[in-house]
Amino acid sequence: MAKNIWIARDYAACSGCKRCEIACSMKFEGWIWPEASRVRVFMPFPGVEVPHLCAQCQDYPCVGSCPTQALSTDPVTSAVLVDKEKCISCGNCIKACPGNVPILHPGDNKATICNLCNGDPECVKVCKEAGYNALMLVDEEPSINRKTFSRPPLEVAKELAVYFFGEKGEEVI
Amino acid sequence: MPNGYAGKFLDVDLTKERIKEVSFDEKTLQQYFGGRGLAAKILWDRVGKKWETLDPYAPESPLIILTGPMTGIYPGGRICVSGKSPASMGTVGSTASTEFAHELRCAGFDGVIVSGKAEKPVYLLVTDGEAEIRDAGHLWGTLGEETIKTLNREVTAELTKRKPNVGTWREPGMVYIGPAGENVVRNAGVMTKLCHAAGYGGYGALMGSKKLKAVVAKGRGKLPAPDAPEATKLLWKKAHQILISKSEFRRYGTGYLGYQVGAEYSSEPIRNWQTEWHDEKSYAGPRFEQYWVKKKWSDFNCTTNCMKVSCIKNGKWKGDITDLPDYELQAYCGTNLGLFEPVDNIHMSALIDNLGHSGINGPNAMGFAAELYQRKVLTKKDIGFDLKWGDADAFTKLAWMIAKREGIGDILAEGTYRAAIKIAEMKGKKPEELLKYVVHVKGIEIGAHGTRSDMDYVHDASYAGNVQGGDHTSTIGDGYSDMSDAIFADSGVFCDFCRTNRELEFDFAKAITGFPITVESWRKETGPRIVTLQRALLLLGGPDMKWEPLKDDDNPPRFYEPLPEGPYKGKTTDKKLVDQKLQAYFETLGWDERGIPTKETLKRLDLADVEPFMKKMRD
Repeated sequence: MAKNIWIARDYAACSGCKRCEIACSMKFEGWIWPEASRVRVFMPFPGVEVPHLCAQCQDYPCVGSCPTQALSTDPVTSAVLVDKEKCISCGNCIKACPGNVPILHPGDNKATICNLCNGDPECVKVCKEAGYNALMLVDEEPSINRKTFSRPPLEVAKELAVYFFGEKGEEVI
Repeated sequence: MPNGYAGKFLDVDLTKERIKEVSFDEKTLQQYFGGRGLAAKILWDRVGKKWETLDPYAPESPLIILTGPMTGIYPGGRICVSGKSPASMGTVGSTASTEFAHELRCAGFDGVIVSGKAEKPVYLLVTDGEAEIRDAGHLWGTLGEETIKTLNREVTAELTKRKPNVGTWREPGMVYIGPAGENVVRNAGVMTKLCHAAGYGGYGALMGSKKLKAVVAKGRGKLPAPDAPEATKLLWKKAHQILISKSEFRRYGTGYLGYQVGAEYSSEPIRNWQTEWHDEKSYAGPRFEQYWVKKKWSDFNCTTNCMKVSCIKNGKWKGDITDLPDYELQAYCGTNLGLFEPVDNIHMSALIDNLGHSGINGPNAMGFAAELYQRKVLTKKDIGFDLKWGDADAFTKLAWMIAKREGIGDILAEGTYRAAIKIAEMKGKKPEELLKYVVHVKGIEIGAHGTRSDMDYVHDASYAGNVQGGDHTSTIGDGYSDMSDAIFADSGVFCDFCRTNRELEFDFAKAITGFPITVESWRKETGPRIVTLQRALLLLGGPDMKWEPLKDDDNPPRFYEPLPEGPYKGKTTDKKLVDQKLQAYFETLGWDERGIPTKETLKRLDLADVEPFMKKMRD
């Protein structure tokens, strides 16, 4: 049964195996398609891996930016839903997102955003199965804090590099 | 085009700055699969009759960078680098784990074949269905770290410029060379991800000779579709379940072996293999683990996560980053140089990787030089400083000298075997006087597993019969079965540490390609075909080196010295067993008593065009 959920993230725990992308694309695309995945792990320097996916901001700037009302929210899971018929591939949602999370799908060029798999995200399952728990499914109400997780991947990576490598981390990305 | 393949290969001529697409028919792909196997076939077809006289550094000598049909789909995606080996004059399928491999396939290509020679440093950028030769002047001379950083920034910016609207572009995958490769250091590696190397064979030198700094790929497509998608998905799940259950290996990788292999098995190279036993608790796993800033590090589609990220945060080596180091480098960049402090070893490994000098082969030559210093064959005057065991500063200097080909480094840059011959000449000695300290097989330095105690996975004839010389990932066992597995992984192309079980792996291969491939068909036909062709090319040799069948199918002299200390003191490799097992191995493969493939064997394996060359050798 779908309920209000969220994918909490622990960047330092990510191994960089990218099985989240494989599982996501296997579900939505039927086959392994990393750049069409709703979660993408950035690795701007070896060892510095950042899973990048929608954080479901409470005020949903992406939804507000869409000129054709192609984006809406799922009242139960809080996920952003895309009506591909209505999407005109303008990219406004990407620019409006504080983390530039959405992508235009490499196949159909339509906005593509994590829909939380209707409450049972594949990415979380494979991450948990492998014992990494970099992505964790939590059952909690929407919070103002969610939006603070929506950040450009390189910004997160720069901090993560310092966390791992100390001062040296400042120069690697 | 069969399933599981992107279907296209890039054929790049750097001299003419021309790029075209080529493909291979289904029969060829069934017969050679991909990676190591297909590379040998491409080389034979392109070079063929001229093999014996072809200088690996000649413009027409191709550098071959291939994936296989299993790459990115089966756990542990790898790339296979090959070509005429500057070290052995044969061919090596040298593999490394990297995102470059699946990026290349997602861009629509199974591989890249590079010939010619650029006038100025260049790199190749591969994007969806396209490739471009780009200037690399600003990258020439840069260390691994800087190369990765610069290319990530530059290529991401370029792709954003081309398609600004599709979302945040991710970094590409890449293979590159460091200064060692640029300066054509004969045993330099093709590098990726800072500390992963396609190290055996000397393909960094081949790449450097073409002035090719890097090959970079970014693909927005999907991986090639498998023949049986649902079966493939099920097998994928099953394979990962098996890998995830390997808890100890996932926890430590090979990072605890730097102590264990010496203390328990007596098969670790120490001070250029003068001994293989130590009980230095300073070198124990937990002391390495303190440097692991990330304890589970994987490559694409891998849950083995044997890698861990190490970083030195204080002291004189502050800022050095590498993986565990893994066992091979704990041994070669550590104990083999007399270094028994984890911090020194992490530094040496990070440096060697950054220089792009294969972490096994380069330090093998450094250990050899230090033994010559110990024996007063080389002096402070020859080297420029004292080269004492355990002196990390001295070995740091030497590593730079080799990568830049300065002073004695210029000689050591020829690889241990050729360096020994040169130094002997320089010192007025017979080659044998120094070759007895060289730990190699057919010009390729031996991996960090000795045979004398007989306690490790390698035994008597393991290296002696290996078509890839000292490559520890491709050794032979009692008969042919082990070798067959290695050829399969290297041709598939996936990581040896993502092995599950044979049945599952071959079911996987069949589900992806639709080929009638089985354990038996591989063991009886495909594997033998690949290794027989490799053997033929190795025996044909090259302009500066020709190996004598049987005489050179042997371990280095050091492997027959008795172990000087430890629980296996006095033990050594049994030459009689070596000879017996070699004969059994030759017989299994249908080679004659000197290891030359017979006419019947060549015919059976559809290699009849090799026969005239083997006949000449037999007569």
